[in-house]
Amino acid sequence: MAPKTMFEKIWDAHVVREEEGKPSLLYVDLHLVHEVTSPQAFDGLRLNNRRIRRLDKTVAVADHNVPTNDRDKPLTDEVSKAQLEAMQRNADEFGLEYHDMFSEKQGIVHVIGPEQGRTQPGMIIVCGDSHTATHGAVGAMAFGIGTSEVEHVLATQCIWQAKPKTMEVRVDGALGFGVTPKDVILAIIGKIGTSGGIGHAIEYTGSVFRDMSMEGRMTVCNMSIEAGARTGMVAPDEKTFAYLKGREYAPKGEDWDAAVERWTALRTDPDARFDTVVTLDAADIQPQVTWGTNPAQVLPVGGRVPTPDEFESSQEQTAVEKALAYMGLNGGERIQDIPIDTVFIGSCTNSRIEDLRAAAAVAKGKQKADSVRALVVPGSWAVKQQAEEEGLDQVFTDAGFEWRDAGCSMCLAMNPDRLAPGERSASTSNRNFEGRQGPGGRTHLVSPPMAAAAAIAGHFVDVRELN
Amino acid sequence: MDAFTKHTGKVVPYDMPNVDTDQIIPARFLKKIDRVGFGELLFYELRYEEDGSPKPGFILNQPRYAGGTVLVSGPQFGIGSSREHAPWAIQQYGFRVVIAPSFGDIFRNNCYQNGLLPVMLDAAEVDTIIARAQEIQGYEVTVDLEAQQVTDGHGLAASFDIDPFRKENLVQGLDDIGLTLQNEAAIDAFESANA
Repeated sequence: MAPKTMFEKIWDAHVVREEEGKPSLLYVDLHLVHEVTSPQAFDGLRLNNRRIRRLDKTVAVADHNVPTNDRDKPLTDEVSKAQLEAMQRNADEFGLEYHDMFSEKQGIVHVIGPEQGRTQPGMIIVCGDSHTATHGAVGAMAFGIGTSEVEHVLATQCIWQAKPKTMEVRVDGALGFGVTPKDVILAIIGKIGTSGGIGHAIEYTGSVFRDMSMEGRMTVCNMSIEAGARTGMVAPDEKTFAYLKGREYAPKGEDWDAAVERWTALRTDPDARFDTVVTLDAADIQPQVTWGTNPAQVLPVGGRVPTPDEFESSQEQTAVEKALAYMGLNGGERIQDIPIDTVFIGSCTNSRIEDLRAAAAVAKGKQKADSVRALVVPGSWAVKQQAEEEGLDQVFTDAGFEWRDAGCSMCLAMNPDRLAPGERSASTSNRNFEGRQGPGGRTHLVSPPMAAAAAIAGHFVDVRELN
Repeated sequence: MDAFTKHTGKVVPYDMPNVDTDQIIPARFLKKIDRVGFGELLFYELRYEEDGSPKPGFILNQPRYAGGTVLVSGPQFGIGSSREHAPWAIQQYGFRVVIAPSFGDIFRNNCYQNGLLPVMLDAAEVDTIIARAQEIQGYEVTVDLEAQQVTDGHGLAASFDIDPFRKENLVQGLDDIGLTLQNEAAIDAFESANA
């Protein structure tokens, strides 16, 4: 048999129907639903008198626009309230498992999937959210879909997909002190650009990912879409199995042993070929900070903001000029001289326990700068509880950071957490697009320790230089 | 879904790379639970002042481009979030076609689901269309899906590729779910084999 990549093995195991030259109909093992991209899908089902085909493979959670404080009080945002109410109504009407903001299983959809053991190697996982690739960290093929496709998966448990090309992103070597998975993925995006992965499924390989924790792999896979790729994955290994074992929805007993055997066989065959191969050297990766309005506009923390004349094409120069104007930067300034107003530690990229531990290690015993507002928003109730057991909440509040409830929060400003026009953030989220964290808000993407360090200094600092 | 075969309309040249879906429709407008009313929210931050009045410089506010139905823009159009509200907003504004050198994958899929045609042309051809739209008042192109070609009255004849399955569905205005349910026996069989 011809050698296959992990992606090809997962794809082939899910084909319900295929025909030369056309997209394939693939079976979906897990469909995650949230309040923002689903109401019109449920309307569609109702209009056509359709039901959810597999309730046992579908779960819904409220995350995008839930408030992260004062949950005991009525929602002040009427439109958010209507959307959350619609989610509840749809769940009731269709008999769907749904975790509202008071459920102990609530959290950001991409945090709770792996955490509850629902996300498993070899699965095809979809969600009406572009950061679904996060689940690829366990060796699944996970990708974001639109609302029409949400409706399609609800009705049929299947999805039409044109087969993407395969891309290997290999990073070998060892990461330096203070360099995190977030820096790795930002460096990858900086290298291949926001379009480098378009039309591709990425597999992250090499010693850096083998040595990386599961949380770190989730951070990396999460931002595959920022490189243009709909899906990114890491081969399952002993770390994956240790992470999943005993989690609520993971297989148990004999089923577990059989599953591990199956999962082990998913790994890319030694002679399999990828359509595209990108390599980075771990030793070259430094803590990263974005300076512009897309995630590929990124630099090592020791760098200077570029000026338009450093770019070749006139289109690039115009884009850089526009980005600098939006970001309120001249070009040429040192990254470390840029003062910030707000720090956001959270999002499906960086809100897991390891992220909070890394940020707390920097904040411990220090005080945030007076001019800075700092929010820490855990990714789920479970993460919040774990952090509190470890006393991380105390570390953060002692340092003047706010400690919140779980949700997407300031990553995309659908709830009350947002930047004011012109405000500048150091954010552990995934997108620095114009207006992403609020109209006129200016976002710099960084790792959790870099965000915590910026909160304390009031400007960007190199975490490697902290004592 | 409306069928798409051939369309002639005025070009709106938005000469910008990396137009992400947060620009196309900011997240705070994703709270609506119905599918209508997104047209007036298209490119909201770029299009309106803080008081809600139109920003005169923005392309959609320039009278010469009023009534445009073909949006032409730079590479990586529609990158970012999976929000289908982005193609809804573009379509509800009145566009039938978006032309760019490349698209975000999820955005492109979402366009197909709504009968909005994403057309990928070479960067040089896109530049030609943008330049002509800027020079020639009321400049129009014809997008012929069946022939897979974009033409204008000025000598442009640019071919484009499209997945035959997507093309077929667009030309017939077919709904994906109906099509899939014709394969219900195959889905049942897959479920039995993998139970």
